[in-house]
Amino acid sequence: MFPAINPQVLIAVGLAACVTYSLRLGGLLLASRFPRSGRFRRGMDALPGALLFSLVLPSIAAEGVWGLMAAALTAIVVLRTRNTLAAMLCGMLVIFAVRKMGL
Amino acid sequence: MKQRKPEMIRGARANVPVAASAMAYGSVLGVLAAQKGLSWLDMMYMNTAVFAGAAQFVMVDMWSNHMPIFEMTLAVMVINLRYLLIGASLDPLFSGRGLLHRMGMMHLVADENWAVTMTEQRNGSATTWFLFGGGVFLYLAWSSGTLIGLLGGGFITRPEDYALDFAFTAVFTALAVGLWRGKSDVLPWIVAGAAALLAHKFLPGKWYIVAGGLAGAISAMMGPCEIEEVEEVEDVPSY
Repeated sequence: MFPAINPQVLIAVGLAACVTYSLRLGGLLLASRFPRSGRFRRGMDALPGALLFSLVLPSIAAEGVWGLMAAALTAIVVLRTRNTLAAMLCGMLVIFAVRKMGL
Repeated sequence: MKQRKPEMIRGARANVPVAASAMAYGSVLGVLAAQKGLSWLDMMYMNTAVFAGAAQFVMVDMWSNHMPIFEMTLAVMVINLRYLLIGASLDPLFSGRGLLHRMGMMHLVADENWAVTMTEQRNGSATTWFLFGGGVFLYLAWSSGTLIGLLGGGFITRPEDYALDFAFTAVFTALAVGLWRGKSDVLPWIVAGAAALLAHKFLPGKWYIVAGGLAGAISAMMGPCEIEEVEEVEDVPSY
């Protein structure tokens, strides 16, 4: 019942892991050399939101008008209730219903 | 030292919603992995060593009997370039912490617990243990989600019918809303969104995430320095 790991898998996943960890730690270590005020700081403060927005917008757009509706509902629910889980479920429900009905 | 355990528990609790969504799209990954013939050990090795959702999706997609090791590493690097930015944004949280502490904490930083921690930092006080507690909890949820999908794959052959693939988008939309800072975010978000959509259309893979994030940050740097904006930035705790 205990499967063996193929050496190729060991290497491929190992390399992926090294790359990912280096990026995680590298960003943190490099940042301590960045300036802590002025324009650069403004950019770094805007970064988290901009990054998350960039992460989701193409996937929302890929679902078309209903994707936008689902995202809008998710945003409204999280603003009203501060409940991320409920907001997520509402968004998923819209997409589920749309796909079920084949819209 | 004394704060370690309560902070970890607080972090884990704050991550319950994102962990639920990670479980949902983790199960989607598990189903795909089962179709590619990954064993549960392959899956857990990947979950533990890489621990990055989007990258794991692409890796499973590229999985074959002759692993394309070079292409896979390159793809993972491009997808995970955003961790350079994520890591950099955590610098204020880690101020005063030593190298070993930083090295130990950073592996379990994923999009989810990072976003929750950034929100917490804006609203009150986040700590590195809060981040780490969230990471541990997320790791458990992500692993169980992927294994449920992998081992019970026959159950749900088409997870997209249940919109499980949209869980990722929905939860990160909710998290993005939580990071909105008001007027000073209008320009960066418009620029970021436009850059992301363009890059998504014209560039391969996942370049759009980094392209959008960087474009948004740069526009905030270049933008006019309004007095209000400076005040808002100063309101953010811990700077």
